[in-house]
Amino acid sequence: MKRIARSTLQTAINLAFFAVIGTAILAATFSLTHDAIESTIEAEKLKLISQIVPPNQYDNDILRDVKNLPADALLGTSAPTIAYIARLKEQPAAAIIEVVAREGYSGNIRLILAIRPNGELSGVRVLAHKETPGLGDYIDIGKSDWIKGFDGKSRITWGDAQWKVKKDGGQFDSMAGATITPRAVVKEVSQTLQYFALHRDELFAPTTVSASTHVTGDSK
Amino acid sequence: MKLTEIKAIFHNGLWKQNPGLVQLLGLCPLLAISNSAVNAISLGLATTLVMTLSSGAIAPIRSYVPNEIRIPVFVLIIAVLVTVVQYLMNAYMYGLFVVLGIFIPLIVTNCIVLARAESFASKNPPLASALDGMAMGLGLTTVLTVLGGVREIIGKGTLFSGIDLALGESTKSWVIHVIPDYHGFLLAILPPGAFIGLGLLIAGKNWLNLRAEAKTRNNQSSTPIVGEAVQG
Repeated sequence: MKRIARSTLQTAINLAFFAVIGTAILAATFSLTHDAIESTIEAEKLKLISQIVPPNQYDNDILRDVKNLPADALLGTSAPTIAYIARLKEQPAAAIIEVVAREGYSGNIRLILAIRPNGELSGVRVLAHKETPGLGDYIDIGKSDWIKGFDGKSRITWGDAQWKVKKDGGQFDSMAGATITPRAVVKEVSQTLQYFALHRDELFAPTTVSASTHVTGDSK
Repeated sequence: MKLTEIKAIFHNGLWKQNPGLVQLLGLCPLLAISNSAVNAISLGLATTLVMTLSSGAIAPIRSYVPNEIRIPVFVLIIAVLVTVVQYLMNAYMYGLFVVLGIFIPLIVTNCIVLARAESFASKNPPLASALDGMAMGLGLTTVLTVLGGVREIIGKGTLFSGIDLALGESTKSWVIHVIPDYHGFLLAILPPGAFIGLGLLIAGKNWLNLRAEAKTRNNQSSTPIVGEAVQG
């Protein structure tokens, strides 16, 4: 009995030892790559912003003109997010909001939207998704132009009931065999437009350069 | 290590025990990601890297791991290496990271990686094990690439589409439009295309094997019998 207990303990210690080493390696890699990953994602985000709001349509420092948005069901967010405000000659040009489509085929789909002051979509792009490669990933601009179907659309173009894929009686195309992904994206974009209608004035209110935005700016 | 040993390892990995055509392990990514040549090559090389590292890492510690817990320890090592590769790709090869998406973490569950750890690296010295991992990975990559290329040509009429995501905007012109104005054949891109393509590749390999066998037998016996290959 004693012998069994001893060998079990030894095995457990052995396994724990490997687990500790593995964790240490992962922690080291994480801290080594963390900054690089952050800055890559940030650069990628700026590149995306330039796709949905042409750089000649704003002249402000977009990364410092930010609004903190509390978590909101319409945005699909469970933690506070940041909206970037584009302005041309002090006049609002677009609000850039990051939202989450929660009903993707394999988890959340992170989107970034630019909405003009008149409620018209300037553009939509996918930031991150885990949809099936070759099937649901056509929402990604790198795979197809599907996401450009949102350009210039607003709640005036189509009423809220029309913001669905064609299969569900709405206005948006979807590919055979992969309707769950676009359905989730369309739903979230529609909800964000509703959110925008409710919060338009807060979003475009002049940003006072406060300490908190300084911190956001500096940490880049 | 002798040259013949290295040769044997690579012959095993690339042909005789090819993971994609003979062992038929690791089919999940093989079938899912082989819808274009670039996807196939990228995931194949990532898997090769992980297999080389994991087999190389498991071999030196093989005598310290008690038999009862070797599988969890191997899985742990493989998972750690895959996550490291994932972090590095996320940081320094973002385009490729986005293309391969969920299939990078899924390398952990690719049974060929654990199979080589268990059947080779746990019984052989580090260098031979690392080479075995690499050879098996390259064998898988080759099959993936051929399958990906064929499916892409039949399905979309192009070759190397999406290469700009892996190697940067400037390589966009490398995409070859094999069949211009092609409307596509969806079946080849969808999962059934992978099964049909893989079936044909396996059949092709078996046919080559049978032919080679028949040839050697014919050379041995002085009176060659026509049609003997069928019985092989």
